[in-house]
Amino acid sequence: MFYREAGDFKTTYSEDSQTFPIKFDRIRYYAVLAVAFGIIPFFINDYWANAVFVPFLIYAIAAIGLNILVGYCGQLSLGTGGFMAVGAYAVYKLMTAFPEVSIFIHVILAGGITAGVGVLFGLPSLRIKGFYLAVATLAAQFFLVWLFNKVPWFYNYSASGQISAPERDILGIVITGPDTTAAAKYLFCAVMLLLVAWLARNLTRGTIGRKWMAIRDMDIAAEIIGVNPLRAKLSAFAVSSFFIGIAGALFFAVYLGAAEVGESFGIQKSFLILFMIIIGGLGSVFGSLAGAAFLVLLPVFLKNVLVGGFGWPTDLAAHIELIIIGALIIIFLIAEPHGIAQLWRLAKEKLRLWPFPH
Amino acid sequence: MKMNFAALTAAAMMAAAPAMADLVVPNLSYRTGPYAPGGVPYADGFQDYFTLLNERDGGIGGEIVQVPECETAYNTEKGVECYEATKGNNALAFNPLSTGITYQLIPKVTSDGSTLYTPGYGRTSASNGKVFSNVFNYPANYWTAASVAINYLLAENGGDLKGKKIALVYHNSSYGKEPIRTLEELSKKHGFELIQLPVEHPGQEQKSQWLQIRREKPDNVIMYGWGVMNAVAIQEAANIRYPMDQFIGIWWSGADHDVLPAGDGANGYKSLAMHGTGMDYPVYADLKKYVADAGKGAGAGDQVGGVLYSRGMYAAMIIAEALRTAQEMAGTSQVTPAQVRDGFENLEITEERMEELGLPDFGQAFKATCEDHGGPGKARIQQWDATAKTWTLISDWIEPDMDVIQPLILEDSEAYAAENNIEQRCN
Repeated sequence: MFYREAGDFKTTYSEDSQTFPIKFDRIRYYAVLAVAFGIIPFFINDYWANAVFVPFLIYAIAAIGLNILVGYCGQLSLGTGGFMAVGAYAVYKLMTAFPEVSIFIHVILAGGITAGVGVLFGLPSLRIKGFYLAVATLAAQFFLVWLFNKVPWFYNYSASGQISAPERDILGIVITGPDTTAAAKYLFCAVMLLLVAWLARNLTRGTIGRKWMAIRDMDIAAEIIGVNPLRAKLSAFAVSSFFIGIAGALFFAVYLGAAEVGESFGIQKSFLILFMIIIGGLGSVFGSLAGAAFLVLLPVFLKNVLVGGFGWPTDLAAHIELIIIGALIIIFLIAEPHGIAQLWRLAKEKLRLWPFPH
Repeated sequence: MKMNFAALTAAAMMAAAPAMADLVVPNLSYRTGPYAPGGVPYADGFQDYFTLLNERDGGIGGEIVQVPECETAYNTEKGVECYEATKGNNALAFNPLSTGITYQLIPKVTSDGSTLYTPGYGRTSASNGKVFSNVFNYPANYWTAASVAINYLLAENGGDLKGKKIALVYHNSSYGKEPIRTLEELSKKHGFELIQLPVEHPGQEQKSQWLQIRREKPDNVIMYGWGVMNAVAIQEAANIRYPMDQFIGIWWSGADHDVLPAGDGANGYKSLAMHGTGMDYPVYADLKKYVADAGKGAGAGDQVGGVLYSRGMYAAMIIAEALRTAQEMAGTSQVTPAQVRDGFENLEITEERMEELGLPDFGQAFKATCEDHGGPGKARIQQWDATAKTWTLISDWIEPDMDVIQPLILEDSEAYAAENNIEQRCN
C-alpha cells in the first residue's frame, strides 16, 4: 500500500539510480539518521555509549569491511583480528608521534596503512581460493599478532606491551582518553560508520562492486568477460582492510583506551566478525549492521536481564547467555540460511504486495 | 524491538542499582572462561569478607557495604561494560583482578575520581604515586616478585648466581611480560643468563617450551602464569622430570588447583606468597559462624581457606581498612570516592591491626604515602607438600632489590606521564 514503486515517478537518471528507490525507504533512512545524529547524542550517557553504542558502531564498520571481501568478492578471510591490530597499532604510533594532528586524520591514515598490509596479504588470493585462502589469511592473523607482541617498537617499548591511547581531539573536542564525553565518542564513531557505509554502498553498486561480484560468482567467467582478477581481488582486499583498519583504530583509541594484541585482536575476533556477517547476511551493508547488532547488543541485553532483572548469579547468567545466543544463531540460520538481511528482503517483498498478496 | 530493548535494559538497571545510602565496592570478577579456576576463589573470598563485616559488625563504621558482582570473563571488553555498569552508583574502589582491564581502567578511574586497587598485579609503575594518583598496588607487585625470587635464589646459592641459567616461563600478555625488564637488569647485575619462554593464551599447549627447557637445562625456572597455564606447566615439568624444588612460580602460580592435577609429581614445587594461607587464622571461626553457617557464603562455598580465597579476602580486608581510614579522616561514615582515595593514600596496616582483624602474621605491615603507592614489596616462599596436600611457608619475608626496581618504576611512570601530559604530584 504505502511501500511500493508505483506512483513514485522519477524524471532523471540520477533519481532512477538512487540507493533507495522507494519513497518509504528514503523516509525511513532519513528518520534513522535524524534519530542517530539529532536525538541520541543528547540523551546518551557513559554506560550506553561504552557498553552499547560505541562497540556496536565499531563492529559494524569491521563487519562492512569484511563483508566487502567475503560477501561481495567471495574471498574468505580469517585475518580480520590481525588487520584490526594493524589499524590499532598504526593509530597508536601516529598518535604518539604526531600529537598535534587531528585524530580524524590519524584514523584515516591508520586505515590506509592497514589497506597496504591487506593488499600484501591478499597477494596469495591470486593463486589460492576458498578454504585454502582462509588458511593463508589465518597465517596473516597469527603473524600480525606475533609481530606486535615481538617487536617493542610497535608498543613504544612499554614494560608490558600494552598500548594506551593518550588524549587527542578534533578541533578542540576530545575524542580519545578518559575525559571524552559519551556524546563525542558516539558521534565520532557514528560519523565514521556513516562514511564507511555510504562508501561501501556506492562502491558495491558501481563498476568496482560489479567486478567483485563477477569474481565471486565465477572467477574464470569474470576473467573471460574482461575483469582483471588481480586488480579486482586486490582492490577488494585494500578496501576491506581500509575499513577494518578504521574499525581497529577506533576499537583501540575510542572504545577500549588500552589494548594488548593477543587479547583484543586474537583469532576469536576474526571469528566473531565472520559470524556477524554470516548471521547478518553476506553481500549486504544492512546485513553487516544487523549482524553486529545481534552479536554485540544481545549479550549485553541478556546480561542485564538475567543478572540485573532476575538477580541470577553472574556465572550462571554468563553460561545461560552463551546457550541462548548459540541456540538463536542455529534457529536463525535454519529459518533463513542467508541471514537477517534476507529476512529483511523477504519482509520488503511481502510489504510490496500487502495487503493484497495476489 | 529497539524500544523494548531500551525499556527492558533501563528496568534491569533500575533493579540492579543498590540503595544510595550504602558503601559500594563492585566486584569485577570472573567465574567463567579459561581463567575461572583463579577467578572463582578470589571472588568468593572477596565477597565473603564483606559479608562477614556486614553480618558481624553491621558494615564499616555503621554503613553496610554493597558488593555488586559483574562478570568480566577476564575479557577487556566485558571489563569496560562492567566498569560503566557499576561506576554509576557511587562506587568507591575497583579490583578487577586482570592486568589488561587494569590498564584500561587507570585513566578512567583517574578521570572519574574513584580508586583502583590492584594488589600484586596490574601496572607495576603505578606504585609511583606522583604520577598515578588514583591507583594503588601495595603491598607488592610484579617487579618486586621477580626480584624476591632472584634474591631467594641468591640466598640458596651462597650469594652468587654467576653463570647460572634461569628460565622465565611467562603468559604472553601484558601480565607475563611485566617482569622481563626487571629480570634483564638483575641478570646484568648478578651475571646469570635469562632464557625467555612465552606461552600463548590460554596456555594449554606448552610442549615446545618444556622441550626447550629439557634441552637447555636451566638451573632454575621462574613462572609467571595464570589460569590453566599453571597446571599445564607443572604437569609438563613433572613429565620431563625437572627438579620441582628448582621451579618457582609467582604468587599467581601457586594455588592448590595449580598443583593438584600433577599429583605426586608436583611435590616440592615452590611459589611466592604475599600473604599467609590455610585455615589457622582466627578470622575463619567468624567466617564460619557468620557467613558459611548462616548460608550467606559466596559461590559454592568449597574454596574457603585456599590460596586465592585468602588473597581475595586479603584484598577485601585492605579495601575495608582504607574505607575505615577514609571515614576517620573525613569524620563521616558516608564517604565519597574522593575521600576513599585519600583513605587509600593514608592507609597504614600494622601487625597489631592484622591481629585485631583475626589475621595475625597474615601479610606484611606497610604504610602508604603520597609518593609510595606500592608498599615494601616483600614476599615469602611457600612449598607444596603433595602427600599432605598443603603449602608450607619455608622462608621469612624476603626484601626485593629496590636499587634495581625503583629506577625502572620511575622510568616507566615518567614515560606515561609524558605521553599523557600528567603533572607530577606530592611536591
